[in-house]
Amino acid sequence: MPGADSTPRCINDFVIKIGTVNGTGSASANALLMKALFRMGIPVTGKNLFPSNIQGLPTWYEIRASREGYNSRTGRVDMMVAMNAQTYEQDLTEVSPGGYLLYDSSWPRDRQLAREDVHLIGIPLADMVNRHFTPARVRILMKNIAYVGALCALMDIDRDVVRALIEETFAAKKKLIEPNMQAITLGHDYARKHFDCPLPVRAETMNGTDDHVLIDGNQAAALGCLYAGATVGAWYPITPSTSLMDAFESLCKRYRTDPDTGEKRYCVIQAEDELAAAGMVVGASWAGARAFTPTSGPGISLMGEFIGFAYYTEIPAVFFDVQRVGPSTGMPTRTQQGDLMAAAYCSHGDTRHPVLLPADPRECFELSVAAFDLADRLQTPVFVLSDLDIGMNDWMIPKMTWDDEYSPDRGKVLSAAELEELDAFHRFDDVDGDGIPYRTLPGSHRKGAYFVRGSGHNRLGGYTEDAVEYQEVVDRLLGKWETARSMVPAPIRTDSGHHTDIGIIAYGSSHGAVVEALERLAERGIHANYLRLRAFPFSDEVQAFLDEHATIFVVEQNRDGQMRSLLKLETHADPDKLVSILHYSGLPIPSDAVSERIRRYIRKEAVA
Amino acid sequence: MSFITKPKVEWSGQRRNPLGLTIRDYEGGMSTLCAGCGHDSVTAALVQAFWELAIKPEQVIKMSGIGCSSKTPAYFLNGAHGFNSVHGRMPSVATGALAAHRDLIAVGISGDGDSLSIGMGQFAHAVRRNINLLYIIENNGVYGLTKGQFSASADPGSKSKAGIENRQQAIDPVAAAISLGGSFAARSFSGDKKQLVPLIKAGLAHPGCAVLDVISPCVTFNDHEGSTKSYAWTREHHESVTVADLVEPAEAIEANYDEGEELPVKLHDDSVIRFRKLEADYDPGDRAHALEYLERHRALGKVVTGLLYRDSDLPEFHQLSGTALQPLRDIEFDCLNPGADALEDLQRKMR
Repeated sequence: MPGADSTPRCINDFVIKIGTVNGTGSASANALLMKALFRMGIPVTGKNLFPSNIQGLPTWYEIRASREGYNSRTGRVDMMVAMNAQTYEQDLTEVSPGGYLLYDSSWPRDRQLAREDVHLIGIPLADMVNRHFTPARVRILMKNIAYVGALCALMDIDRDVVRALIEETFAAKKKLIEPNMQAITLGHDYARKHFDCPLPVRAETMNGTDDHVLIDGNQAAALGCLYAGATVGAWYPITPSTSLMDAFESLCKRYRTDPDTGEKRYCVIQAEDELAAAGMVVGASWAGARAFTPTSGPGISLMGEFIGFAYYTEIPAVFFDVQRVGPSTGMPTRTQQGDLMAAAYCSHGDTRHPVLLPADPRECFELSVAAFDLADRLQTPVFVLSDLDIGMNDWMIPKMTWDDEYSPDRGKVLSAAELEELDAFHRFDDVDGDGIPYRTLPGSHRKGAYFVRGSGHNRLGGYTEDAVEYQEVVDRLLGKWETARSMVPAPIRTDSGHHTDIGIIAYGSSHGAVVEALERLAERGIHANYLRLRAFPFSDEVQAFLDEHATIFVVEQNRDGQMRSLLKLETHADPDKLVSILHYSGLPIPSDAVSERIRRYIRKEAVA
Repeated sequence: MSFITKPKVEWSGQRRNPLGLTIRDYEGGMSTLCAGCGHDSVTAALVQAFWELAIKPEQVIKMSGIGCSSKTPAYFLNGAHGFNSVHGRMPSVATGALAAHRDLIAVGISGDGDSLSIGMGQFAHAVRRNINLLYIIENNGVYGLTKGQFSASADPGSKSKAGIENRQQAIDPVAAAISLGGSFAARSFSGDKKQLVPLIKAGLAHPGCAVLDVISPCVTFNDHEGSTKSYAWTREHHESVTVADLVEPAEAIEANYDEGEELPVKLHDDSVIRFRKLEADYDPGDRAHALEYLERHRALGKVVTGLLYRDSDLPEFHQLSGTALQPLRDIEFDCLNPGADALEDLQRKMR
């Protein structure tokens, strides 16, 4: 047995990591485990670390329970469930000193693979399951459920909660309830009989999840599209954005299908490629629908042509980029914040686009709605830059709310009646002086007819190759960009409450790690103010924050410090005070990496 | 190049259509194409067809990509919205626009470069999706704006203006449309307005993607000896398999033709175009036959024109999708948004 425990007694503060083979149905077992902890009132986050493959390769699911509500990864694994012989060795090395490793003891374990400082928990899962279930497929599934049963005993997870969840899951297939509960009992009883249950690392009912829900970002973004009134979605399947359109379509089936006629009040088009998907979105938006496409980095590269077109022709459109690891095909099932620059200046020529930066699924919902309003108000493509971590992982968020008073802000669209009153309509005339002209929709009025062209055009909408006329339009577009600054979601500033000249800037899925890092740093007497960016272009608050601090750590998940570059380009900040804290391995950024690196930097500076 | 508005001259006694509009009301800006360009004849035929059908210009969307052909939507129907998109991508924009507003009357003008090279994929999928679009390909076998490169429709053996022989196989958009599962495929010649106008009308009336390939000679780069897309060659080698007779709605439909010998196409104004077969053995309802006929005549150096294939029963894009009859963009927000209670309810299952 190991020596003295270096893992403290951890109640409601632990990480469970489950290593399995993909395509074996472990996802439902892991979801069951995660939901059980959630229902016990314990704040949880679940992260999939999965291969770009359908079946047969190693996959992991990491559940963090945190009574404080932290949701980022840490460098810790307190309970490793090593169900994949192929990765056993690697899994063992990842367990924190004093932690536990649960393995299937149906087969002899290689004695060479041992660690003095890790508690091994062998449970003959395959043996037990094979004795109780047939056929093979059921055995594979039940083995997963059995390790959940073992964890119930080992970590004191409420079996009644687990039963309730199983009953809900199989409400339509009731005969599956008992076999699943039997598998739970098998694992549970074996663990109870052979080990000192519960372990010091364990769960305890609390009330930290009231008014919260579990959801991933893609589902939340799809809800945003539904609530914003988007009716046309065009897309080309690409990981990790696919589930966004899947969710939108299933929501629409439920809420947008005429109960009498079966007619659909939406149109989802699976395009032949991303170029076509972008064209469809632009066409639909031009014709007056709210339209969007979900994609990822490689799709953005292909859509660039239409994004530049829509910028210059001033057509609203919403592009969701659920970022994955680049460059090129990169690692499709890993996460990164590597498309920021590609989105901000997407396409050739002078182009700039508003980019919204949700930090969690709740913001995916809210900023999706905001994106449609912004696109309509500004008549331009708007990006929602999510990533795989937000989009495909399971987050606990405060319940999403909706204001029934909301009505979509369609911006400056002239109705047929308004056109009737007008002497003449000129598409690109800056009537209001805010850089945003009026637009008309096809099919409304002859007077509103104009010719959309990506070629040089003048204020009136006519073709031009005249230098002055051309410049007049692109200069006005810059004026519109200035207007956009005050329209995009403001950054969120959190001050430390101490006098400090240290600032931290982060955005998107790096937020969770920064929140925890701020605590860890504060415990060591390092206080920093925090500005979470939620959009590009940058509003005045961003410049003020940069001005107020002597050192600003820019935390992000890419190699080149893209946000730091963008801040250098788009603000007056002194580049020397912008210090990059980067993480770009493809796994979600862990909080300890952030706090450690900031601490080291400050120590080094102090010595120097 | 500049954009010149055509002066509109009105005089009493001008013929007016049932909307009270003259043919001038269906014109657009002054063409900037070369004098004698086949495309201008197609434009004139479009003006004629829309005027005769008395379609409200504002109901129409004119879609195009990039190239000489794609400029032409600026030259007809000033009262319609136009969309000059990016190279080879007209079909996707049209698809999106029709998804948002299914009642728009969409005409797409493309060229052989725009549709058969850079835009081959989008062409194929617009046909396959059967979107309700009149898809005209102004086909001259050559890239005009970039000064005379062969396009993918150039016939093997045909010569460029510089005397270079094309050795690659030609893509025939009509054969392609038929084999892609298209519902309407026709071909005409820009120099044959009598054939072209009824085909445009039939294409507009067709509920689905109507591909109309129009041999439209490029007077500057592809109208020489050795070209198989010149006026002279096309006049000599085009062979019509159907001829159109228009039956006005008020007229009694006479049964002049033997059953199976004609193909009636009902238009927006309830008049009927009857495509009468000139070739006794041609059957535009038989896909395999149409392809075989095209191939046989291609081998003989003939350009077969007319309404070559039609299947009006093939479901159109919105039928396939089950979309609401009301244009999506006109649906009230209340019917799109499930509301706060539904969100609350939905989230109960996320706990």
